[in-house]
Amino acid sequence: MAVAARKTTSAGRASTSVKSTASRSGSKKNSLPQNFTRDEDVRAYREMLLIRRFEEKAGQMYGMGLIGGFCHLYIGQEAVVVGMEMAQKDGDQVITSYRDHGHMIACGMDPKGVMAELTGRRGGLSKGKGGSMHMFSVEKQFYGGHGIVGAQVPLGTGLAFANRYKKNGQVSIVYFGDGAANQGQVYESFNMAELWKLPVVYVIENNRYAMGTSVSRASAQTDFSKRGISFNIPGEQVDGMDVRAVRDAADRAIQWCRDGKGPYILEMQTYRYRGHSMSDPAKYRSKDEVQKMREEHDPIEQVRARLLKDWKLSEDALKAVDAEVRDIVNEAAEFATNDPEPDPSELWTDILK
Amino acid sequence: MPVDILMPALSPTMEKGNLAKWLKNEGDKVKSGDILAEIETDKATMEVEAVDEGILAKILVPAGTQDVPVNQKIAIIAAEGESISEMVIAAPASAPKASTSPIAAAHVTAPAIVSTPSSVSAYDASSEVPAGTEFVTQTMREALRDAMAEEMRRDGDVFIMGEEVAEYQGAYKITQGLLQEFGPERVVDTPITEHGFAGLAVGAAFTGLKPIVEFMTFNFAMQAIDHIINSAAKTLYMSGGQMGCPIVFRGPNGAAARVAAQHSQDYSAWYSNIPGLLVVAPSNAADAKGLLKAAIRNPNPVVFLENEILYGQSGPVPKLDDFVLPIGKARIARSGSDVTIVSFAIGMTYALKAADELSSQGINAEVIDLRTIRPMDIETVLASVQKTGRCVTVEEGWPQSGVGSEISAQIMERAFDYLDAPVMRICGKDVPMPYAANLEKLALPTIGEVVETVKAVCYR
Ligand SMILES: Cc1ncc(C[n+]2csc(CCOP(=O)(O)OP(=O)(O)O)c2C)c(N)n1
Ligand SMILES: [Mg+2]
Repeated sequence: MAVAARKTTSAGRASTSVKSTASRSGSKKNSLPQNFTRDEDVRAYREMLLIRRFEEKAGQMYGMGLIGGFCHLYIGQEAVVVGMEMAQKDGDQVITSYRDHGHMIACGMDPKGVMAELTGRRGGLSKGKGGSMHMFSVEKQFYGGHGIVGAQVPLGTGLAFANRYKKNGQVSIVYFGDGAANQGQVYESFNMAELWKLPVVYVIENNRYAMGTSVSRASAQTDFSKRGISFNIPGEQVDGMDVRAVRDAADRAIQWCRDGKGPYILEMQTYRYRGHSMSDPAKYRSKDEVQKMREEHDPIEQVRARLLKDWKLSEDALKAVDAEVRDIVNEAAEFATNDPEPDPSELWTDILK
Repeated sequence: MPVDILMPALSPTMEKGNLAKWLKNEGDKVKSGDILAEIETDKATMEVEAVDEGILAKILVPAGTQDVPVNQKIAIIAAEGESISEMVIAAPASAPKASTSPIAAAHVTAPAIVSTPSSVSAYDASSEVPAGTEFVTQTMREALRDAMAEEMRRDGDVFIMGEEVAEYQGAYKITQGLLQEFGPERVVDTPITEHGFAGLAVGAAFTGLKPIVEFMTFNFAMQAIDHIINSAAKTLYMSGGQMGCPIVFRGPNGAAARVAAQHSQDYSAWYSNIPGLLVVAPSNAADAKGLLKAAIRNPNPVVFLENEILYGQSGPVPKLDDFVLPIGKARIARSGSDVTIVSFAIGMTYALKAADELSSQGINAEVIDLRTIRPMDIETVLASVQKTGRCVTVEEGWPQSGVGSEISAQIMERAFDYLDAPVMRICGKDVPMPYAANLEKLALPTIGEVVETVKAVCYR
């Protein structure tokens, strides 16, 4: 299931919709997002659905004891990674936290390899040695999968440093959470990124909670798009449940970076439906809050409605997409269930080159 | 096609649970995300969510059923229009397949605590508590909580801070009830900013407050290690004795289960390298309580290393108003004459079980629980080795420059003439912790390795 990166840069859209002075003030709410073409809506639907079904299956397999340890699901946040991916070019790097399954699938990494890593099998992307939180792909320019909150931010800034150093025109996309946004190393990174005009988009996935702590209980400044102001990094708040808004903002941010103007911050306002990890009591929020989000803002339902209403796709056509996605996920699950564990000799490999 | 709903596990070690209640009835329409049922274990409750839509055709396990095995079929969901009766017939109680269970473990109402190896053998505290003292059985989790609560009642300068310690009641539930008793001024939830709050707490300690800093796990204390070492451990010395730092850094240390390399590291040897720090690593509930109380009262920075796998283990704890143990004193957990096994924390689980097995093979091992890694009670170890002439150390940490290496060097320097065999070390394998279940097992020490090594030094 390759998720081909869009080859165009949408420079036109980007240059008309952002003024550098306006964005410098942070927190700019966009006007209505640019509509998608039919193909873009179909693509977004399929990609988001694939992530959702994959994650549901992973939750199920965890329940059956096939997956161990920590397992953080991305359900509810799919529009963020899919919208970003739609604005990226081949070669742009991605790095994120432990909540990484969606990012890998959006990058075009093989769901079979991801799922087999979750079950700790030899066909997993890290040969079973990394698990849910630690997977990488040189081929797809995916730099992990990091278990330490905030660590990916300086690492991703380093990817951008390398881009500038090599003058390769690539942009580094660095994802981190609202909780991670309070780590000191984030601000050390911001400073260097702006100082050296590094091509890096900081995507803050504000899903309102860091484990059991809501944003307002952990953050003095809850508008994350403003977190770069003292470094002169522009920022925007984006409706992260609307894949079109995400793609629009991503276009602007990525173009800004490619133009050599330095880093850019996107605060994606999103929501995770499931607990923080599989063992989360989720007592810190009400069921109504979750239900309301699912019913009124679900990223997949939004596209689905457009496909039916605006593009007049039939229910059958959508069912065909569902079936195709389910097949991919079932195949991944089957592979991950039957693939053997790593050979014991693997304990001693890959420690040094 | 009807789909079976199976009894889910909320951790890889869960084997059965109770079906507390059904939230949908037979015949109800369900869609993805609907909560079908609630499941309970002794540690947590969990909601079972549908991930497919259809009709809840048949409930096979009624509400209130106890001890339902994981993966047993508990209900059937049919597509609309499918006949229920047909399905019940067509649904043999087959082994589950990954692709047939339309449920996901969604919300669990307590941390999934990995089930534990059987408990460390009975605690002999006879030399450390008055004769006739009563004991109560407590988990290490409860003992740690009580230690903090008692010290907070006793001294208004003691407070605790860390991620999720207050409203969430602790990521591993060690601070359960503390917010309710002591309020948010003294039980402080922090943002995820280990370097920041560790430094802040050290600053507060410079003024004489007595912070307890909980790290969600010691893996995350690496963000803060500069303050633990450069700020907390060295200031007394650098200030010519003027300014102390009465602080406790505590939290789970070492490997949990299946959480891979970045979350599975033993820092005992790391911190034990640092002059100016005290390092404590208890193996059982009583020691945890007595030593944590001592750590909180101690005027120096103390790194207090707990272990997630031991949190749920129960043991006898002296029922005393003020049970405080001395820091820096090892305990002879089992006396013997043929060989000395030295260990600490979860390593004691292997050491004591190996000693049991060895005794059935006619080898009588003395087992020493260090309890404090720094300052190390090497005198107790030397006295034992002078008696047995042989020593094996056991730890989950890596071999190079490990705690066992230090013990081995000390014995070489101070008891060389008493040795009948080289000192041997059992350690975690010299690799980052792998995720895969089989590799993870291979990476940790085993009881068998301890037994074999002891036999080797006994020339058996
Ligand atoms: C340095 C560090 N501290 C603490 C943790 C434990 N931890 C894991 S995820 C998490 C919450 C992070 O929340 P956020 O950044 O909002 O990301 P989200 O999980 O919501 O995607 C915490 C505290 C960790 N992994 N690393
Ligand atoms: Mg968050």
